[in-house]
Amino acid sequence: MTQTSLQSSTAPSHQQEMVLFLHPSRGWSSLNLKELWHFRELIYFLTWRDVKVRYKQTALGAAWAILQPFLTMVVFTIFFGRLAKVPSDNVPYPIFSYTALLPWGLFTKALSDAGRSLVANRAMITKIYFPRLAIPIASVLGGLVDFALAFVVLIGMMMYYNFAPGSDYHIAVTPALATLPLFLLLSIITALGVGLWLSALNVLYRDINYVLPFITQFWLFITPVAYPASMVPGRWQLLYALNPMAGVVEGFRWALLGAQSAPGPILAVSTTIAILILVTGLFYFRRMERTFADTV
Amino acid sequence: MSDIAIRVEDLGKIYRLGSGVSGLRPRQDYRTLRETLTTRLSAPFRRLAKDDYEKDREQPAAEDEYIWALRNVSFTVRKGQVIGVIGRNGAGKSTLLKILSRITEPSEGYAEVHGRVGSLLEVGTGFHPELTGRENIYLNGAILGMKRAEIERKFDEIVDFSGVAKFIDTPVKRYSSGMYLRLAFAVAAHLEPEILVVDEVLAVGDAEFQRKCLGKMSDVAHEGRTVLFVSHNMSAILHLTEEAIVLERGNLVYRAATPEAVDYYMASGLAQIGERQWSADEIPASAAPFRPLAIRVKNRQGQVVDTIRSTEPATVEVEYALDDTIVGLRVGLYLTTARGEYVLASFDTDEKAQFERYRIRPAGRYISRCALPPDFLNEGRYVLGINASSYRIRRYFQEERALTFNVDGTDAPGSQWPEARLGPVRPRLAWQIEGDSLTGIVSDMDEGRLYDR
Repeated sequence: MTQTSLQSSTAPSHQQEMVLFLHPSRGWSSLNLKELWHFRELIYFLTWRDVKVRYKQTALGAAWAILQPFLTMVVFTIFFGRLAKVPSDNVPYPIFSYTALLPWGLFTKALSDAGRSLVANRAMITKIYFPRLAIPIASVLGGLVDFALAFVVLIGMMMYYNFAPGSDYHIAVTPALATLPLFLLLSIITALGVGLWLSALNVLYRDINYVLPFITQFWLFITPVAYPASMVPGRWQLLYALNPMAGVVEGFRWALLGAQSAPGPILAVSTTIAILILVTGLFYFRRMERTFADTV
Repeated sequence: MSDIAIRVEDLGKIYRLGSGVSGLRPRQDYRTLRETLTTRLSAPFRRLAKDDYEKDREQPAAEDEYIWALRNVSFTVRKGQVIGVIGRNGAGKSTLLKILSRITEPSEGYAEVHGRVGSLLEVGTGFHPELTGRENIYLNGAILGMKRAEIERKFDEIVDFSGVAKFIDTPVKRYSSGMYLRLAFAVAAHLEPEILVVDEVLAVGDAEFQRKCLGKMSDVAHEGRTVLFVSHNMSAILHLTEEAIVLERGNLVYRAATPEAVDYYMASGLAQIGERQWSADEIPASAAPFRPLAIRVKNRQGQVVDTIRSTEPATVEVEYALDDTIVGLRVGLYLTTARGEYVLASFDTDEKAQFERYRIRPAGRYISRCALPPDFLNEGRYVLGINASSYRIRRYFQEERALTFNVDGTDAPGSQWPEARLGPVRPRLAWQIEGDSLTGIVSDMDEGRLYDR
């Protein structure tokens, strides 16, 4: 069933040699995560390359990683916070929206980078073999550096509002903070899942290039970035949670702002959907992978 | 542990020709969603769950939309053998290497590869122009499958071999193309796979670079590793490999010791009598608006022939069409010996006045005709290549091995001695012989054929 079965995948020694069988494959392939693990250094180098190259020859450099979410936050604060008076769970609106913009930025960045990654790395794909999964995975991981930089700004903002005279905001360190890495992981799972689907589809259908900006824009509306999820009527909550980013964003707010109760049901649905997207994405990717070099 | 390194059984690879896009380039074979949706809607009985690739395979629609790049190819390579793969452009050489290095999978048959494969279908795969030489060594090494520790261990050696030590912390976008190639090859040369698969990577770079590559390749070949080596350069094939296989239109047509295989290839593989015509599907889309039609060799009488006489003038004609105006076009020939050594390169606008006159060539049909003078080429087999480019702007079309022809040496200078003359040219040079006691033997020489003409 698999394209190439590694007969003995242990490190090749002189006694035990590695035999590859190459033959036409049909149907679904195994994920072969073992081989992917073998190539972990390649994933590391590709991630490192993406990060290193990203802001080369830009005047502001890595400041862009901060400016993008920060300026979006400013615009949201003016229009949603001040003008539309969107409620913000008793937290200053800038902090409220910026907390959501962190995972959201990671997600959209990963989506557009991963979606285009295979086509952008066409030269590699047609000239050398390595597990193709390494490319979209590296694109998604590359966003973590931007995330970390933007996160520092969040801490700064929290400090500011905490100590600003007349502010009734106080940094809330709750046990929920310990769950933050899990929500980060969930956002990576979601981004990788969707990214895998889009990248594999993009090899065959370049329409994805045009669909991508639209998807992210549309997705922003159905994610509680500019508004709280509590605005969605109760009976629609579970349907709303089918968007895994809803669970991620609510989780981030819960862990960092500690204002509301844990987003239990939403989170359960979102997590399930995120894992479903990732697993189907992995299998779809592996299935399409065998023709990448011919069609990209 | 068997002593087989590679076993290939009935291997085949089919490609779908791009719809609307000419050429055998599967990479242009991407579709838009709309196309797929319409196909699917118009064929509602097909199982939607099948992906397109399988659908294609199950129902190879019109035969002419598909092309077998490789078919029914079987061979085995023993461990430590160094095998050359020769064949014309499009004969399936690269497809074979791509299958063996797992880049693409076969459509039928199977291959069995024993050992770690290192493939070198291009040097510098994954090089990023913004990264420094040092960074690219690590990146490229990882892409080629080296471990970081391994790269670290060989780092100094790689830098040494590349000869760009001074610029190792400069972004490679500032490198000259020669430096870039040297660094890229240096990384690749330090791969240590059990089986090495090499495509025409030596075709790039200057003479010194090629010499260095050949040297390294021959080291690898002598280290007892298994090597599959594709090249158009027959002298490299002869130099590096013991045995060769000849591919022709996707089939394996011959396998023998290298000198015999090269002879076979030279004698039959390219046999197209005196003329090579290009059909639409042989011209890559990237050539537009230049469209090669034919290249032919004509003798003094104007007949298209595959053998010309060394002592007579001949003509090489390149016929082509321009679908749009091209500025600064030059259409030229490469002439090489059958063994791949260059004899000359010449363009139709080499003369300055000619270049000015034909600087702008409007759309239409053209023939560029080149006169080969008499008493010019030595007897033997030659290969003509064609190149159409605008200098420093674009290369429209290039085919290094477009046509072969023979030169017959009858009556050429020195042919009274039935010995092979070295070198590709055989001009009638003016010799003068002086000697103080020469008068006595003049009469003898008068009878010799030396003074026949």
